[in-house]
Amino acid sequence: MKEYFSRFAVPDNGEPMIIASQILIVIVSLGIIVGLTYFKKWKYLWNEWLTTVDHKRIGIMYILSALLMLFRGGVDALLMRAQTSMPENGLLDAQHYNEIFTTHGVIMILFMAMPFIIGLMNVVIPLQIGARDVAFPRLNALSFWLFFFGAMLFNISFVIGGSPDAGWTAYFPLASTEFSESVGMNYYAIAIQIAGIGTLMTGINFIVTILKMRAPGMTLMKMPMFTWSILITNIIIVFAFPVLTVALALMTMDRLFGTQFFTMSNGGMDMLWANLFWVWGHPEVYIVILPAFGIYSEIISTFAKRNLYGYKSMVFSMVAISALSFLVWAHHFYTMGHGAMVNGIFSITTMAIAVPTGVKMFNWLLTLYKGKIEFKTPMLWAMAFIPIFLIGGVTGVMLAMASADYQYHNTMFLVAHFHYVLIPGTVFAVLAGFTYWWPKIFGFSLSEKIGKWSFWFIAISFNVTFFPMFITGLNGQARRMYTYSESTGFGPLNFISFIGALGLAVGFVLIVYNIYWSTRYAPRHVTEDPWDARSLEWATHSPVPAYNFAVTPVVESTQAFWDAKEKGTQLFRGKYEPIHMPSNSGLPFIMGVLFFFFGFCMVFGMWIPSIIFGLAIFACMMYRSFEHDPGYHISVEEIKETEKKYGVNSHENQLA
Amino acid sequence: MKTNSLEYSTEQNRLKILGFWIFLGAEIALFGTLFATYFTLVNRTGHGPVGSEIFELTPVLIETFVLLTSSFVIGLGINAMRLGNKKAMTIFFVITLLLGLTFLGVEIFEFIHYVDIGAGITVSAFTSALLTLLGTHGAHVTLGLFWGLAIVLQVAKRGITADTSNKAFIFSLYWHFLDVVWIFIFSFVYLKGMM
Amino acid sequence: MKKIWVLLGLAAIMLPTLSGCQLKVLDPKGPVAETQAGVIKLSMIVMAFIVLTVVGLYLFMLYKYRASKVGADYKPPHIEGSRVLETIWITIPILIVIFLSIVTVKSTSEVEATPKGYEDQDPLIIYAASSNWKWHFSYPEQNIETVNYVNIPTNRPIEFKLYSYGPITSFWIPQLGGQKYAMSDMVNTLHLLADTPGSYLGRNSNFNGAGFAEMEFETQAMSQKDFDKWVKDVHHTAEKLTEPTFNELLKDGHLGRKTYTGTHLTFRPAPEMHHMKKMDGHQKATEGQHHHE
Repeated sequence: MKEYFSRFAVPDNGEPMIIASQILIVIVSLGIIVGLTYFKKWKYLWNEWLTTVDHKRIGIMYILSALLMLFRGGVDALLMRAQTSMPENGLLDAQHYNEIFTTHGVIMILFMAMPFIIGLMNVVIPLQIGARDVAFPRLNALSFWLFFFGAMLFNISFVIGGSPDAGWTAYFPLASTEFSESVGMNYYAIAIQIAGIGTLMTGINFIVTILKMRAPGMTLMKMPMFTWSILITNIIIVFAFPVLTVALALMTMDRLFGTQFFTMSNGGMDMLWANLFWVWGHPEVYIVILPAFGIYSEIISTFAKRNLYGYKSMVFSMVAISALSFLVWAHHFYTMGHGAMVNGIFSITTMAIAVPTGVKMFNWLLTLYKGKIEFKTPMLWAMAFIPIFLIGGVTGVMLAMASADYQYHNTMFLVAHFHYVLIPGTVFAVLAGFTYWWPKIFGFSLSEKIGKWSFWFIAISFNVTFFPMFITGLNGQARRMYTYSESTGFGPLNFISFIGALGLAVGFVLIVYNIYWSTRYAPRHVTEDPWDARSLEWATHSPVPAYNFAVTPVVESTQAFWDAKEKGTQLFRGKYEPIHMPSNSGLPFIMGVLFFFFGFCMVFGMWIPSIIFGLAIFACMMYRSFEHDPGYHISVEEIKETEKKYGVNSHENQLA
Repeated sequence: MKTNSLEYSTEQNRLKILGFWIFLGAEIALFGTLFATYFTLVNRTGHGPVGSEIFELTPVLIETFVLLTSSFVIGLGINAMRLGNKKAMTIFFVITLLLGLTFLGVEIFEFIHYVDIGAGITVSAFTSALLTLLGTHGAHVTLGLFWGLAIVLQVAKRGITADTSNKAFIFSLYWHFLDVVWIFIFSFVYLKGMM
Repeated sequence: MKKIWVLLGLAAIMLPTLSGCQLKVLDPKGPVAETQAGVIKLSMIVMAFIVLTVVGLYLFMLYKYRASKVGADYKPPHIEGSRVLETIWITIPILIVIFLSIVTVKSTSEVEATPKGYEDQDPLIIYAASSNWKWHFSYPEQNIETVNYVNIPTNRPIEFKLYSYGPITSFWIPQLGGQKYAMSDMVNTLHLLADTPGSYLGRNSNFNGAGFAEMEFETQAMSQKDFDKWVKDVHHTAEKLTEPTFNELLKDGHLGRKTYTGTHLTFRPAPEMHHMKKMDGHQKATEGQHHHE
């Protein structure tokens, strides 16, 4: 019996941090259960959230989970910077350091950046295109629960069985059972697989939504830029994620069933993993960055009080970037030895991406031209993005040059580069979007004052943290080293990085404080359009009613709402009609739970329970196939009632 | 004619059909990756056998014939569905599923044979890639059998409605897709391997 | 705006550090590293030009069109775009990319070959294999094997033949030139050359498990005379590397420096027989030597 349970122990148990986390997890879980029972909130939780198929609520749950993961990944980052702040520091040992940089990478990319973006697209896209929901609301709920339970499965590795430790890139043969013995990399393969299936379904769902459910009059070239960016992002998802699915499946089979894909004998090929990983991995970078481009386009245009400059070239540049993103993967391993010819070709395709990206940069700058720039918090993020991302971009071009990359590869220079790309390119963007759309979601604004404090803390600390890495990289500091000797001279700059990391931590804590403070004290009932914005989501009430729009809007240009305000275009033509709505369902949540246990049993090679959970998942799918779910209708009376609460007597005067 | 059909008759139906086409796009990427993996590893046989040593024409020809026929028969089934002939549709769908079952039986037999002659999935990179590619296709067929069965039962119970015809049509797309994948497997794995 | 000042201030602090102690990558001790440092510096200048242009434009926009300056009554116009401007900012980046592409292709083929001016010399071939967290260096020509340090003659092209007994590692001596992967199923060739005698730190830069941080080695570049003397000394003093000894070496996590006569290539040849790797003249020569021994 004891032997059976020993498999769940974390190798080298007794690490105080792990025991503390185990205790903390138990206490927090108990606290949540007791709290829900005490406040009699179980029913509310189940009816309003766990079974919801409303895109807005699903979006909120995505964003909440992403924030949670931001803190998990952030603590990892803080520990890494603390460990390397001084030469030969003893805070963490090598194994523990290897685990946290692995989980930091996986969590930040897959369980923070992706869900944050998917959360924002869930909230905003149906509103921005004037739709009532996404094309497949229930599939959307399933996507969320698969992501959520995938993320949870990945996170429990820390306390049950051991964390993955082969880097987020999981290069073979290091990630094989021979060199990474604990179940950590099993967690990696299976948890990401489960979340990835959810992401793929999101991709399909949003492509159909955007292609088929736009308001009358909104042709493709009249879509707001954020919608365009999300459409392209989801097309990339649909073609890139299957590659990850296959790569992870092969990894799982190598680790659990003894196949020979990436092994060192019997013909296995370690380079195949690197290729498959980056064929997915590079488009993945654009999956998290293109939506950011969309968010910035909306924000810059709103706060410069100008229409977006060069709309067409903005669209074409995104299409070009998405196509090129599939043609550059080998630049992640120029040093693998494929010769000057192949490296030269990949250098050129990589540098070519700078051209469409430059087009976007100039279009944003020209959107400011003759504008009337207001520095509200979302705009501050957008304005910090431009110069910082520029540095990320130009260092990217430097890295693209193969001969020079032989010197940058695997160094802190590279680490600095991709943080200069991903933090302004994704984190700033989601924080900007979060602040920007918050009043639409909740009906009150976040505090500008606290928001600006958090902005300055993060924007400044970011540079303090990551700029020194360019220098230590050029001085020969390899990435992923848990320590270094004093004679290397890396010490002082690493210490500056650590100070910056502390500043970043303060900034992120301020964001949470802002949510708390604003939820308690901010004035309620903001108008439907607090920023004087341009697209359709601002034409409906804040917070948005379940049916989004009482009457489907009609669109005439890329900035439909602006037209209504400026030119007096009628957005809402026609009468109230009963609105068809999808009914809630507990099935997606249940399937998520089943996937969690299925994955957990697979991680530990417990075959019989895995098969049972697998069959249960199958049974759910069968149930779904036979289920007859016509949804329900919201009656005209009910719509009138709801609209009255927002102070609208008839839809004609909804627009003042 | 297409857009007037019952399976396209509601907004939700049209969304589902488009969504499924996009899903098939993702499936192409999935099988494309598996093919790429197979072609990369096909010569990396280690101490194990090479393709020409283990491939046998007879079972493969049976599989091909059975699957191609099933794809044709499901086409007849969809035609019957559009004509509103529930009985003919059910019969064609059942024949399709029986052919699929035959395919699966032969494939299982083929797999057992591979293991028997020392070409199991753990032998070499080549056998791993081969059996994973074939196995993924086979798993799709297996899933399809259950899915198809569910649809036949629903049509029997509820008749040919907007809902069931939509499901049956989408299922036929899936089944044709598996047929196309098999043609690629047949040409580029078996025939090329036997040459 | 504050952020810009912070950035400038930061740069001001960093600049002396930059010039004060030379950064390894920008302090080359051989032609390969020099080519790479040249490319890096050139690209930095081009990038600085781009950054200055864009940031200049950006600051201008922020200064000129901020709400507090343009006045409350100002109404921004509707501007679609401009064909001329868009053509300009597509063309100039394309020209820059073409220029950098030429530089890249040229310099990449340069560092992937015997350094210019040294083609007439026979390169010294050294096999560098990683196992766990150590490096094994085999000199087939000299019939010597070392662990965790490598001595090379100056002004003679060196060809490192890289492979690994385990996870992928990356062989890197920053001051002599860029890195390349060592993998278990093929041999990669890295061309390096030292033109200044001295001791240069080398390391594995590709994460490969628990002992990764300490996986360093010393490269001693010395005159051909000193090198020959060292080879002679080794043959006098060092014990012979046998297969059992080598297998023991492979097992250890970390090891100090070791020196042997003979190489492991005789009983454990490098994995260079694989397809796609074309056998070049040198490799054939060394193969030949193996059979001799």
